[in-house]
Amino acid sequence: MAYLEVRSLRKTYTGRRGATAVLGGVDLSLDEGEFVAVVGYSGSGKTTLVSLIGGLIAPDGGEILLDGVPVTAPGPERGIVFQQYSLLPWLSVRDNVALAVDAVNPGLPASERRRITDEFIALVNLTPAAWKRPRELSGGMRQRVAVARGLATRPKLLLMDEPFSALDALTRATLQDELLRIWGARRSTVILITNDVDEAILLADRIYPMTPGPDAVLGPAIEVGLPRPRQRRHMSLEPAYQKARQGLVEFLRACRPSK
Amino acid sequence: MRVGTPQKVILPLLGVAAVLVVWSIVSATVAPDLPAPARTWQESRRYVLEPFFKDGEMNQGIGRLAFYSLVRVGKGFVLALAIGTPIGFLLGLSRRFHESFDPIVQFMRPISPLAWLPLGLVIFQKSEPAAIFTIALCAMWPTVINTAVGVRSISQDYLNVGRVLKLSRLKMLTRIVIPATLPYVFTGYRLSLGLAWLVIVAAEMLTGTPGVGGFLWQEYNSLVYSHIILSVITIGTIGFVLDRLMGLVEARVRVH
Repeated sequence: MAYLEVRSLRKTYTGRRGATAVLGGVDLSLDEGEFVAVVGYSGSGKTTLVSLIGGLIAPDGGEILLDGVPVTAPGPERGIVFQQYSLLPWLSVRDNVALAVDAVNPGLPASERRRITDEFIALVNLTPAAWKRPRELSGGMRQRVAVARGLATRPKLLLMDEPFSALDALTRATLQDELLRIWGARRSTVILITNDVDEAILLADRIYPMTPGPDAVLGPAIEVGLPRPRQRRHMSLEPAYQKARQGLVEFLRACRPSK
Repeated sequence: MRVGTPQKVILPLLGVAAVLVVWSIVSATVAPDLPAPARTWQESRRYVLEPFFKDGEMNQGIGRLAFYSLVRVGKGFVLALAIGTPIGFLLGLSRRFHESFDPIVQFMRPISPLAWLPLGLVIFQKSEPAAIFTIALCAMWPTVINTAVGVRSISQDYLNVGRVLKLSRLKMLTRIVIPATLPYVFTGYRLSLGLAWLVIVAAEMLTGTPGVGGFLWQEYNSLVYSHIILSVITIGTIGFVLDRLMGLVEARVRVH
């Protein structure tokens, strides 16, 4: 059995205007240390998938097993980097990260917890800004804090929900490169949700395309044959890159939303 | 139209001048008992220029009277916050508590201080605690309601952060719920202080305790109408200053 197993996951939202079936049986699996991306159109239910795997909402059908254990509630072993950062604005960068470190290491002495906090702040190059409040930071820096917080609990699985979609193109590229570097150093197990095909190819080992909702499902996974460590430059010229891109784009075109 | 700095001073003064003119005309025509601005000043100057003189229990400088009122309001206000803030948090946090007590809150909120005061006198037998009871009971509702609304409008994003980290109830409260609610709470405090100050006059009038409101009522009964105007202006000035001060505190909390 794979490290993370998602089997025929279904979710329907019932509102005043009737029910909307968002996910219609999602299957997904990934191994420990793997970086998997899910690519799809906006509004296809990607965030719902993250919330389900994160345990923030309950599915209407199907199951999620992480390391053999069914997911029923949120927990720090499944870190989430939210699209809108979700930093606590009344805490400094340090305290935002420390909140996570302290929450998962209650037994450690304070000095050790402080060391871990500092380590993760340094990992995302924010040591000089450690005492700043989120509102004093640029969007890119805020998302770095969120990444540090997500990693600082040393989760079994890191879920990233369109983490860079609110950033300008240049900042986005910088953060993608940093994520590539961090992942290369730590080999966390990551699911990246994105609507950016190139981002997915740059970062992931395997990519699942998602059909637009309602009743969204994942298409067959596409392997990204690019060797690591990867460099953004010249990557688009590689045949492996073009093959992955073509496969994804073709799948997504074929199931384009009807409007 | 842009308002320049000199105009920021001149235009409000113009407004004051207009009120003085209307006041003079009213006192000269329809209401001969109403003292004109000049006479009001003449009869009140000692109270203003020597604000802390004391000739007797009910004949004191306006600063002294204001101080009595402020202390009374302060006590009632602190009591209102001490009771209102936890009730607000409970209303916001617990659905059961909300369903049990929200109807009571909505029922008690519109009751006038004039109705509470006699009840306070019945309960406490003395005018001072009755006045404070009335102030607290009338002033706490904005704090209760704003706190409850604040708790209920905490962004789900913040709560999700706490859920993912599996924070304990206490940590969830101290690290997420309370800081996220604080700006709402302080807006409630500002409104509560305004109400407390509004209630003081009624409370002092009915209990006859020394203070700006008590002085106002006494001077009405003694037919010294200019001192009514003096009291009204004092009440307005202090209310304005209190609101501004609380506004500053509120702005500090609102930083995020």
